[in-house]
Amino acid sequence: MTAPARRRLADRDSTLGWLFLTPTVVYILALVGLPFGLAVAFSLSDVTGGDPSFDWVGLRNFERILADPVFWRSLRNTFVFTAISMLLIVIFGKVLANILLAEFRGRWLVRFLVLLPWTTPVALSTLTWLWLLDSVFSPIDWVLRRLGLIESNLFWLGQPNLAMASVIMVHVWRLVPLAAVIMLAGLLSVPKDVQEQAAVDGAGYWRRMFEITIPLTAPVIAISALFGAIFTFTDMAVVYVLTRGGPTNETQVLASWAFFRGIEGSDIGQGAAIALFLLPLLLAAAIAILRAVRRMEVS
Amino acid sequence: MAQLVQVDRERRRFARRHRAGRVTLYVLAVLAALAAAGPFVWAAITTFKQDSDLYRRNNNPFVFNKPPTTDHVELLLNRTGFTTFAWNTLWVGTLVVLITLALSIPAAYSLARLDMPWASRMGIAIFFVYLVPPTLLFLSLSRIVVALGLQDSAWSLVVIYPTITIPVSVWLLIGFLKTIPRDIEEQAMVDGHSRLGALVRVVVPLLFPGIVAVVVFAFTLTASEFIYALAFISPSAEKVISTGVPTELVRGDVFFWQSLQAATVLVAVPVALVFNLFLNRFIAGFTQGAVKG
Amino acid sequence: MAVVEVRNLCKHFDGGRVRAIDGIDLATGAGEYLVLLGPSGCGKTTLLRTIAGLEEPTEGDVLIGGQVVTGLPPRARKIAMVFQSYALYPHKSVLANIVFPLRAAGVERGAREERARWAAGLLGIEHLFARKPRQLSGGERQRVALARALVRDPTVFLLDEPLSNLDAKLRTSARDELKRFQQEVGVTTVYVTHDQSEAMGLGDRIAVMSDGRVRQVGAPVEVYDDPADTFVATFIGSPPMNLVPHGDVLLGFRPEHLLPSEHVPGERLPVVLSVQRMEYLSGDRHVYGTVEIGDEPTRVIARLPATVETPVRPGERHEFAISVGRLRFFDTGSGTRTDPVRLASLPAASGLGA
Repeated sequence: MTAPARRRLADRDSTLGWLFLTPTVVYILALVGLPFGLAVAFSLSDVTGGDPSFDWVGLRNFERILADPVFWRSLRNTFVFTAISMLLIVIFGKVLANILLAEFRGRWLVRFLVLLPWTTPVALSTLTWLWLLDSVFSPIDWVLRRLGLIESNLFWLGQPNLAMASVIMVHVWRLVPLAAVIMLAGLLSVPKDVQEQAAVDGAGYWRRMFEITIPLTAPVIAISALFGAIFTFTDMAVVYVLTRGGPTNETQVLASWAFFRGIEGSDIGQGAAIALFLLPLLLAAAIAILRAVRRMEVS
Repeated sequence: MAQLVQVDRERRRFARRHRAGRVTLYVLAVLAALAAAGPFVWAAITTFKQDSDLYRRNNNPFVFNKPPTTDHVELLLNRTGFTTFAWNTLWVGTLVVLITLALSIPAAYSLARLDMPWASRMGIAIFFVYLVPPTLLFLSLSRIVVALGLQDSAWSLVVIYPTITIPVSVWLLIGFLKTIPRDIEEQAMVDGHSRLGALVRVVVPLLFPGIVAVVVFAFTLTASEFIYALAFISPSAEKVISTGVPTELVRGDVFFWQSLQAATVLVAVPVALVFNLFLNRFIAGFTQGAVKG
Repeated sequence: MAVVEVRNLCKHFDGGRVRAIDGIDLATGAGEYLVLLGPSGCGKTTLLRTIAGLEEPTEGDVLIGGQVVTGLPPRARKIAMVFQSYALYPHKSVLANIVFPLRAAGVERGAREERARWAAGLLGIEHLFARKPRQLSGGERQRVALARALVRDPTVFLLDEPLSNLDAKLRTSARDELKRFQQEVGVTTVYVTHDQSEAMGLGDRIAVMSDGRVRQVGAPVEVYDDPADTFVATFIGSPPMNLVPHGDVLLGFRPEHLLPSEHVPGERLPVVLSVQRMEYLSGDRHVYGTVEIGDEPTRVIARLPATVETPVRPGERHEFAISVGRLRFFDTGSGTRTDPVRLASLPAASGLGA
């Protein structure tokens, strides 16, 4: 008598699934996939700011890059910065996560203060550091001079090694709060009774930390390392504002070099080619870390 | 007797260790706060410094050697486009967050719950999209932006920024969704709602912490973003804080340092306050286990 | 010398607003199995944790092995604890779990393995050494947790509802194993549970708790037959003791003591039972009905064993009786046990079948 009730659209799981997913997929394909394809095309072309006509030139851009010492310098710097930053970010982040978790007087204030570096637009906070590291007016040098530790100011941004250290320091300063919050979530998910059991079983603070807490939060630590790596690897703002890659390209990284060549040098083909080098490296690092995380998962 | 003395000594040893631990904690907390907020404290002070006070090498940078002045703040607020930039950042940020939520929640739900084919692979693919760096895309995106007629408009950011925020948001939300047990939705469906209804009425409220995390993360990313904002927008009236402040307050070689610091502090403090609120809720939510007898 | 003792122990939370433990004095004998029994929120777990050193008391002292250990962290107290979830280290193998306390104590490798094998042997789990916790069943996890507790050669075992996570069928056999294990090893044990039948089955003595206080401590027989107050009377025993208000007192009698008159010898109190419904449970008949020996009609339960074959059906009125020696009297106001009173005001059995 009555026809079998057809499931309304709002109930059809598979249709709903595609409906939910498609906008996102289309959006990303259009605004990431397409530009990516374009960027690859650019890298194989001779497009410049002055001559926007598109001509295929094969791998010429790549040849030019590989012959350019600045490129190799940038590549090396990118690795060095990312590796050192990642290490420092994880260590300081872990310490900060523990501090955020602890109970002590004034913890509200500390929590507020400690989050500030991450919450500010990178351009603005880096500009602040530009003054803080100024070779004439640096307050840091002022304090060091007052303490009698140095005679004349240090060239934080002028001397190659110090410049690299400065760039790393600003990266780390900015990203530690983020890493700390991610690891905080991990710390909070360690079951309380496992930690109490360890305490009852005779483990002191350090043993509990290294044998229980850290192994159990290893996946989260890896994730925060990954985020630290991504944000450092692809960042050009810090270098752009602080040193412009200087002195003489000593602190140039791939991301900033791509920007300089592409925009200020007006060589779009080269800029795209340089930037393309970022991708496989990042992918490799991400795959490695995610694989490690999967292996570490303890249900 | 000897045993009692020994226990006493042990107790004192542990009390000492405990104290040492507390002292270390306070020291570290103070150091962390100093390292993180030191620059902001300096920035806050500098905002009100007179030029003749600031540009003196040997003056104490942390006190007012000459009386403080609000000139630079006034410059920032009245004679630059700061308020415009702030407003732009605000509405762009809000729209981006809304778009992100509108797209990410369904996407995450379908991947986490609706047993899509290749669900896990798609999830990973979405995450990997995140890895494609803006420095690679901005050149071609500029072209697309021009083609869409959005060149030099803040709307270009509204359209483009979700590509940065959506991948991570989907990933985050999938994580949060996995912690919500399925039977709650199934209960809702048994009670008469459709799958869509269950999502809206039951899952979304439970997903609230995840949504908060997404909102905070997306907004900060948007406000902080530099490359696209720099590449797509030139006219001052359309700029956001991230590019507007540096370009307006750095004219050639002249840096309006005090106004710059004022901008930094004015932006950082409210955002950090909001962040802090959520962080405290977040921690409290986790550490409040039931206190049972 | 008591192995574990608490003196005048108080634990307040939230600035004194929550009194989880409100003045407790308790002492265990050597090798005793003491059960802390009570409903959720009565303070039993807090008490256990305070003994362990996971909570610091607001007032009072904890003594272990005759020494005041208040102020010492858990690892200095020579205790072993098993949590409700067993708290096995998920990333370590069974063997690594068991030797963990020994490593923390600095025992060297050879001795560690030996002790681990001994403990595992006692519990029959040597074959599980290489496995990880997630590969174990509930019962196996419990045994690993016990083995880990055993290796430290502790002065006292503290167990927090370790059987709650097992399914019902497993629970009874696990209970039996636990008791035998404890008797073999002979370590003083403090055991927390909310399940009164578990407490009755396991404990040498039971401390019945509510609202942060100990209501009564005694052997199972004691707390069952001579409850100190109405709380203990109704908490222990399933079904609980019947309580009938009668003037200033509450008359208490256990369901198994309310039987058809012909089955109650000696001096007895006649009771007319109006039967409402019946349940058949494992050979016993549980009869639910009302009696009128008190100030007002009161609902009671009678438990008739299989040997009592008197036919009883819902809707009928029957002559039941309670042996006078089995009556217990409680003060209506405070609930505490009082001396027997004369029940002159009770109606004699009106001629129904007598």
